[in-house]
Amino acid sequence: MTATTAQAPILRARNVHKAFGSNEVLKGIDMDIAPSEVVAILGPSGSGKSTLLRCINRLEEINKGFIEVDGEQIGYKLQGDRLVALGSAAIARQRSKMGMVFQSFNLFPHMTVLQNVIEAPVGVHGVKRREAVELATGLIEKVGLADKLNAYPRQLSGGQQQRVAIARALAVKPKILLFDEPTSALDPELVGEVLATMKDLAKQGLTMIVVTHEIGFAKEAADRVIFMDGGHIVEQGKPEEILVNPQRERTREFLHRVL
Amino acid sequence: MVDVSSPQSKSRPEALPDRQSDDLRDVARAHRPIPKGKVLLWVVVLLFAADFARAVGTNENFGWPVVAEFFFNRTVLEGLWVTIWLAVVSMVLGVMLGLPLAIARMSNDPLAKSISGLFVWFFRGTPLLVQLILWYNLSFLFPEISLSIPFGPSLAAWNANDLITPITAAIIGLALNEAAYMAEIIRGGLLSVERGQKETAEAFGMKPMRALWRVVIPQAMRSIVPPSGNQFISMIKATSLVSVIAMADLLYSVQSIYNRNFEVIPLLMVAVIWYLLIVSVLSAIQSRIERYYARGDQQRVVFDNPETVTTQEEAPL
Ligand SMILES: Nc1ncnc2c1ncn2[C@@H]1O[C@H](COP(=O)(O)OP(=O)(O)OP(=O)(O)O)[C@@H](O)[C@H]1O
Ligand SMILES: [Mg+2]
Repeated sequence: MTATTAQAPILRARNVHKAFGSNEVLKGIDMDIAPSEVVAILGPSGSGKSTLLRCINRLEEINKGFIEVDGEQIGYKLQGDRLVALGSAAIARQRSKMGMVFQSFNLFPHMTVLQNVIEAPVGVHGVKRREAVELATGLIEKVGLADKLNAYPRQLSGGQQQRVAIARALAVKPKILLFDEPTSALDPELVGEVLATMKDLAKQGLTMIVVTHEIGFAKEAADRVIFMDGGHIVEQGKPEEILVNPQRERTREFLHRVL
Repeated sequence: MVDVSSPQSKSRPEALPDRQSDDLRDVARAHRPIPKGKVLLWVVVLLFAADFARAVGTNENFGWPVVAEFFFNRTVLEGLWVTIWLAVVSMVLGVMLGLPLAIARMSNDPLAKSISGLFVWFFRGTPLLVQLILWYNLSFLFPEISLSIPFGPSLAAWNANDLITPITAAIIGLALNEAAYMAEIIRGGLLSVERGQKETAEAFGMKPMRALWRVVIPQAMRSIVPPSGNQFISMIKATSLVSVIAMADLLYSVQSIYNRNFEVIPLLMVAVIWYLLIVSVLSAIQSRIERYYARGDQQRVVFDNPETVTTQEEAPL
């Protein structure tokens, strides 16, 4: 990949293994993400896509290998040649560099749209409330919900909720944005509005890792497509290569089924 | 057109009604007939209620003039005050202790878990009356109470008799008992919040305590408040138990009066009415709190003016 060789990667994963009990879900993932790169992760259900994202954000602990974001190892610190596990405060600080958008939106239902978006900037990043409100208002406008600032999440449609969730993730000025199937919980007619918002972000040079079943999005907006199966990265490359002319049988089968 | 109706009803639908009858069918102009059965039930219930009120009101055995005489009696009001502050202080302490107990019980730490479990097991499992008497007689069990390093030297020591007065015994007894119940109520509330909420908060870099405080607890309040209201009302009435350790609460005060003038029923009515008044006020407060925590669920008008934005800390109850 020409895109990744130019700069130091913002994310490095090496030989990442993750098992739930005896169920091995990730079996040695190696992955580099360059700044401003947009990566789409495809793969059948149960192949470990969500688990990989959750490991990057340390919502799950990995069993082997390491993940590094912005030059810092997630969850651990190398002191001399001793690798020491970090405490919850240090992990919280590492997570604050990432934004995450969930399949089921996970907005905070007791907060208005605006409160949802300013919560992390004010509470985690120490931004002044006035500045946070200003930034948040801008972001909410950008995702097309200027008239919903003071609505509560349950008063919004799924597509609107997901766009708020995207604004919320942007508000922390993340080094890397993680999306876990952001459109799978949406009615078909609402998928478009969320994808349009995401394509916009991709154009603006944000670093994004997007787990998705939307081949169209991968084709149009991604710099690179990663195909996962059975806890392995089976194949990766430019969308036009992977999606049009996959080399591996598994990839071909999968694309045949979803297209 | 496909006929989907059952074979029996082969008859064709009636001819299309004319415009005018379409207008008549507009539901906006519909009448709702008064439900006769319901009205009848209301009348019967109200009649019985009125008759009961008359029977109680005119019954001389209730001694209403005596009730009126003692309702604002100084001793009664002092007892009322003791009941209220004792209940409030015990409830506040109970919540303050119940919250960490609930969190400890839900943690992964086996020691915290079992200490919390043991606490709840003991204080829920024994009668409050017995607990109060034990606290009151603490000096009999431990004549001296000292602050010391475990198995090491003592740093400070007190005579238990000086420390344990009826007031301290009552507060400790009620608060610890309350904490055990509140711990379970709070734990239930925390469990009712969807797991993804805590995860999301933490994914955004909130520390666990902040996530709990800002995201989980406000949502848990919806299921914590109703049973807590219940619990507080039980507490108000449970304070009457402290009369056994010579605390002059509301019940103790009316008892001390009727022991002198033998107007037992009228004075108990004084206490009953005061208890009911307190509980009514509490219920009103409770429903306000419930409405506050239900705000994310309300279908209400959305104001679009950013100037009116209130954040959670600033929003009034
Ligand atoms: N918390 C957990 N405990 C136990 N097993 C889990 C847990 N989370 C995920 N798994 C298992 O890990 C495997 C991979 O799950 P994962 O959610 O990563 O798949 P996915 O690729 O995201 O699938 P989908 O497309 O359906 O979302 C599954 O077999 C699942 O049962
Ligand atoms: Mg998934």
